Amino acid sequence: MAMLSKEEAKQIIDKVLSYAKADETEVSISGGRTGNIRYARNTVNTSGESNTITVAVNSVYGKKSGVATGNELDEAALKRIVEKSEEIARLAPENPEYMPMLGPQDYPETKNFSQKTADIDPSYRAKAAMDSIEVSNSGNLTAAGYLEDFAGFSAMGNSKGMFGYNQSSSVDFSVTVRTADGTGSGYAIRDYNDIGLLNAKTVTEISAQKAQASVNAQAIEPGKYTVILEPTAANDLLRLLAFNMDARSADEGRSFLSKRGGGTRLGEKLFDERVNIYSDPMHPDLPGRPWNNEGLPSTKTTWVENGAVKNMYYSRYWADQKGVDPVGRPTGIIFEGGNESLADMIRKTQRGVLVTRFWYIRAVDPQTLLYTGLTRDGTFYIEDGQIKFPVKNFRFNESPVIMLNNIEAMGTPQRAGGNLIPPMKIRDFTFTSLSDAV
Amino acid sequence: MKRRDFIHLSGLGMGALMTPGFLLTGNPVSAAQLLNPGLENAEKKALADIALNAAKSQGATYTDVRIGRYLNQFLFTREKNVQNIANTESFGVGIRVIEEGTWGFSATNDVSPDGIKKCAETAVAIAKANSIMQKEPVVLAPVQGAGEVSWETPISKNPFEIPVAEKIDLLLSVNAAAMENGATFVNSNLFMVNEQKYFASSDGSYIDQNIHRIWPTFNVTAVNQSEGKFRSRQALSAPMGMGYEYLDGLASEKIEGPAGLISYRNSYDMVEDAVAAAKHAKEKLTAKSVTPGKYDLVLDPDHLGLTIHESVGHPLELDRVLGYEANYAGTSFATLDKWKAGDFKYGSDLVNIVADKTQANSLGLTAYDDEGVKCKEWDLIRDGVLVNYQAIRDQANIINEAESHGCCYADSWDSVQFQRMPNVSLKPGKDKLSVQEMIKGVDKGIYIVGRGSYSIDQQRYNFQFGGQLFYEIKDGEIVGMLEDVAYQSNTQEFWNSCVQICDKDDYKLFGTFFDGKGQPSQVSAVSHGSSTTRFNGVNVINTGRQI
Repeated sequence: MAMLSKEEAKQIIDKVLSYAKADETEVSISGGRTGNIRYARNTVNTSGESNTITVAVNSVYGKKSGVATGNELDEAALKRIVEKSEEIARLAPENPEYMPMLGPQDYPETKNFSQKTADIDPSYRAKAAMDSIEVSNSGNLTAAGYLEDFAGFSAMGNSKGMFGYNQSSSVDFSVTVRTADGTGSGYAIRDYNDIGLLNAKTVTEISAQKAQASVNAQAIEPGKYTVILEPTAANDLLRLLAFNMDARSADEGRSFLSKRGGGTRLGEKLFDERVNIYSDPMHPDLPGRPWNNEGLPSTKTTWVENGAVKNMYYSRYWADQKGVDPVGRPTGIIFEGGNESLADMIRKTQRGVLVTRFWYIRAVDPQTLLYTGLTRDGTFYIEDGQIKFPVKNFRFNESPVIMLNNIEAMGTPQRAGGNLIPPMKIRDFTFTSLSDAV
Repeated sequence: MKRRDFIHLSGLGMGALMTPGFLLTGNPVSAAQLLNPGLENAEKKALADIALNAAKSQGATYTDVRIGRYLNQFLFTREKNVQNIANTESFGVGIRVIEEGTWGFSATNDVSPDGIKKCAETAVAIAKANSIMQKEPVVLAPVQGAGEVSWETPISKNPFEIPVAEKIDLLLSVNAAAMENGATFVNSNLFMVNEQKYFASSDGSYIDQNIHRIWPTFNVTAVNQSEGKFRSRQALSAPMGMGYEYLDGLASEKIEGPAGLISYRNSYDMVEDAVAAAKHAKEKLTAKSVTPGKYDLVLDPDHLGLTIHESVGHPLELDRVLGYEANYAGTSFATLDKWKAGDFKYGSDLVNIVADKTQANSLGLTAYDDEGVKCKEWDLIRDGVLVNYQAIRDQANIINEAESHGCCYADSWDSVQFQRMPNVSLKPGKDKLSVQEMIKGVDKGIYIVGRGSYSIDQQRYNFQFGGQLFYEIKDGEIVGMLEDVAYQSNTQEFWNSCVQICDKDDYKLFGTFFDGKGQPSQVSAVSHGSSTTRFNGVNVINTGRQI
């Protein structure tokens, strides 16, 4: 595997910096192994694995910068990359928003690497696929799934003495199981840093159970419903809220966080007071990267506290313009939940809809953060505290801002799509039409 | 699959025109490197023969080799600033083989005789390993070897030969024009792609192709700060399979539409469109909010293209129909039994939809696909009836076709080629009919222009589309601009409500530059031609909300 130790990476970065002639130079090295396996119709379609290492050099003259990359680590190759990036920088136009490079930083030691993930090989992936396919083979079902894993490192350093090193790993597994006659479909997805937590068979069994339970869905009228969103479904909408909390867009008047008359809605209570959203690179269930997208140390940050907007993303440039400290985008968000289980939520629901996941979500109006999309792979009608029957999929038109003002109950946060999100019970969720899709 | 050298374009503040920076792959290079001619064909043939021979000697019954050089130049600006200039090059070889009825694929950026030989051997080894799990041996439709042939997109101005400074000047003048006409913010971008692809196969083909695509676009935003309201209008350009000549802004290629709208066929005036966009964005701030209900929709080609793409293009991809995309993009309502019945009414009698990779100036235009099949045109929907799908060599037998449709594509040398959407276009009406005449016949309707929000289910039944501009039609006249408009329908119901199609004088191409499919995901670019078309009694919702 193309994995450099901290010392090896530092040595190469220092070597590259010694060749540099630009005003400022930044070097990043990243490498590792990625592998995948894809299957459909109960048979494997494609599988692959690759090892790469990439050195990227960013050279800056004044406010003109240029980037060049390469895949070889010998001295001659490294010198070529530096020469190329300096040549590109000299020809580049000035970037008026350029911010000088950072000096030494104090990065946290995040635990986002698993040796178990690094140790897997093609036979592990083949077995995971076969375990998954076996579940569907034994039940007159058809499975289609995808497993992708990564284990590697990234290191960066610059001519002002900044240096950081991090090893990371990730695993993403998803599987769709459909009944042979195509009248039922289920889905399950998991993401981890440690592949030891993945059991492809168990995940496929959940998907298979949903496929069988969703056969012959009935149509019910679209309209406003109480919904119970499994964590995957809740994450589908809440990640969009988190993505849109940029201060510059808000200051410029083109965000749901823009204030009428100018400025932002920072500090305003926009959501139910039970809404608390934060990020923490040291969280054991959602370990993050040690640094953010601009190279600043990742820190525990509260985004929403008791329903009020507590922080927004400030790029280094925008923070400088506004005279505040920069606030970086987190790797993932943690949405504090409640203590009601999914089963309890269903038991306490008189009339509602249980949603496994949403699909094809697109922004309709950035002003109100209104999104449209559809339910998919397991949607069920709840009456008098019980799941009564599967229902046809719905199209929704809903804003996560409105949704977070209509919370009925929340459960324990679970990892979903790189975030920690609870199952949620929401009233008055807007379904606008029916879909025949299975 | 190889992990890509992603170039992250951070901090671009692209707003609604969120740039797919993650799609920009390859190594950063200087602009001058984009004009480097690369390897001679004789060298590529010699390297390809090494792969063909190595795979054969390992037992492969079929081999194809793609030596690819993929060049991109993407320019990003906002207001008076240049945000980024990205020049990238990606060069390598992908080798695909069949051994024991099973595909194997391997790719390398070591384009040396030894690197290629090893890569071919790996591809065969992968095929052998995968054959243990094989349940459906590959059946390839026959292809006549093409011999040694060359083809290139017929462009008159190579975008990479135009100095970067000139292109930046154009974008900054677009921004200035928008700001002078009332825009609060403007982002403008220019995407230029050149694929230099050499394909060789054990069928006796050595095909060299040089393909160009271009997409100038912008997003103009007007803000009313006192009311806390903002609205945007995107460019009405189309990404095209053309060179820099697309930006000549020829008057002969303009189409003057209703409400003073100008649209552009094969030549685009970016500054003129930016002026109009700024005025439109401001007008949208005070436009009337739509009353929900049933309306007759008059859909401009700049809008209808995306509806065609989502509701006809994707559901008729045979791999979706068969279930290969079930875990990601989904399957299709257009199942094989509907096609076999021979009378499935996809649309009204007026609806004739063709697939091709041969249309001039289109994004799909190429002489041969990525498995060496000569490209052609074929019918998907004839007189409203579903008659065919999109199929490649290993699928043709499933729908009783003697040959592939020639729509196999890979987005890079290190991606395995698979079935991708060709151009899918609605044929113009046979009777003489202009947009203005069409609108005269509408009592209660909405004229929709431009690409907006779009969403469709995983089997392509239920969709919802927005647009850039909406005009209310009352008693045959446009009476003003509307806002908060989206229409919802069901694919079959929608196409059966098609009652009128304008003639060929109104026909133009729409395009999408970064269409995603597959796991790991690959992109492709595809055009959709149409004339303005009327659909009766479509459900329109109001998307306005208070937060």
